[in-house]
Amino acid sequence: MIRASLMAIATTLTLGASAPLLAAEATPMADNPVVEARLLTISEELRCLVCQNESLAASRAELADDLRREVRKLINDGKSDAEIRDYLVARYGDFVLYRPPVKPTTWLLWFGPFVILAGAVFGLIAYLRRRATRLTPTTLSDEQKAAAQALLGTPPAPPKDNA
Amino acid sequence: MKRFLIPLGLFLVLVVFLAIGLNRDPHEVPSPLVGKPAPDFKLGVLATPDKSFTPADMRGQVWLLNVWASWCVSCRAEHPLLVAFAKQGGLPIVGLNYKEVRGDGGIDAKKLSADDELALTRQRAGAWLSQHGNPYTLSVLDMDGRVGIDYGVYGVPETYLIDKKGVIRFKQIGPITPEALEKKILPLARQLATES
Repeated sequence: MIRASLMAIATTLTLGASAPLLAAEATPMADNPVVEARLLTISEELRCLVCQNESLAASRAELADDLRREVRKLINDGKSDAEIRDYLVARYGDFVLYRPPVKPTTWLLWFGPFVILAGAVFGLIAYLRRRATRLTPTTLSDEQKAAAQALLGTPPAPPKDNA
Repeated sequence: MKRFLIPLGLFLVLVVFLAIGLNRDPHEVPSPLVGKPAPDFKLGVLATPDKSFTPADMRGQVWLLNVWASWCVSCRAEHPLLVAFAKQGGLPIVGLNYKEVRGDGGIDAKKLSADDELALTRQRAGAWLSQHGNPYTLSVLDMDGRVGIDYGVYGVPETYLIDKKGVIRFKQIGPITPEALEKKILPLARQLATES
C-alpha cells in the first residue's frame, strides 16, 4: 500500500517535471520542418546581398536573417517558390538569383562561352584543313627518283622495311 | 608579324574587359526599383510620436528618401553633406531610420519589449540628430526593417530620388558623394522639377 502510493507520488513528480519540458519543445510555426526544408531549398538558390558569395541559406548577415524571416512568412502565406523568387527579384534584381534567367540581357552570359567554343572549333578545323593541304605527300616517279639519285651521286638505296 | 596580331588583339580585348570589370564596385547592384513607383508604407514619425508618414504625402514634390541609422558609420561620413544641402534648401529630405536598435550588433533587441524598443529608438535617433545636425524634413522609424526590404535596402546609407508622381528615378547606394550630388542627383532633380 505504502509502496503503491510512493509509486504514485514518483509518477506524478516525473510527469510534473517533464510537462514543462514538453511545453518548451512545442514547435512554433517557424520551426515547422516542412517550412524549414522549403526555406532551405529556396534560399540556397538565392544570393545574400551583403556577403555576395554566400547564399541566403548560409549567410549569417543580419539582412539574410531578415530575408529568411520574410521567405518563411511567404511560405506560411502559401506562396509558391516562383512567387517567392519574384518577390525578392522585384526588390533586389536578378542579382539575388544564383541562376540568372535567360533573357536578351543575359544571352551573352548564357551563350557566350558556347559561341567562343564554336569559334575555336571552327578555327581549329580551318587550320587543320589548311595544314593538311600544305602537307600533301608528293611521291616521286621512278624517273624522278633516278634523276635525284644521279644528282646526289649515290647508288639507289635498297628499300628499307621501316622507311 | 601578322601571326602576332591575333594573340595581341585577344589580349587587348581581355585587358579592356578586365579594366571595366575591376573598376566596378561589385557592391553596387543596380536597383530594379528605378523607374517604378516608390513602395508604399506608413510609419511613425520620429519627432512627433502620434503622427505617421506615407510617401503619398510628398505627391507633387521632388524629394529624397535617405536611409540612415545612428550605428551606421558611413552615414556619419555622408551626414555633413546632407546638412549643408538641406541648409541651401535644395530638396526636401525624408529620413528612413532603419533598424535603429535591431541593426546595432551590441544590443540584443529580442530582450526588449516593443514599447522599450520604440523608446530606445526615439532616444538614440533623436540624440544622434541633435549631435550631428538634422537635415530631414522628418524621419520615420522602420524598426524591424520591413520597409527597408520593400525598398531593396541592403547597405545603409542608401538614397532614393523620387519624382512628383511618386516614381523612384535614381538610387544612390552608399554615402552620397559631392560628385554624385553635383553630377547626378541635382541635374536630375532639376529636370524632374520641370515635369508636371
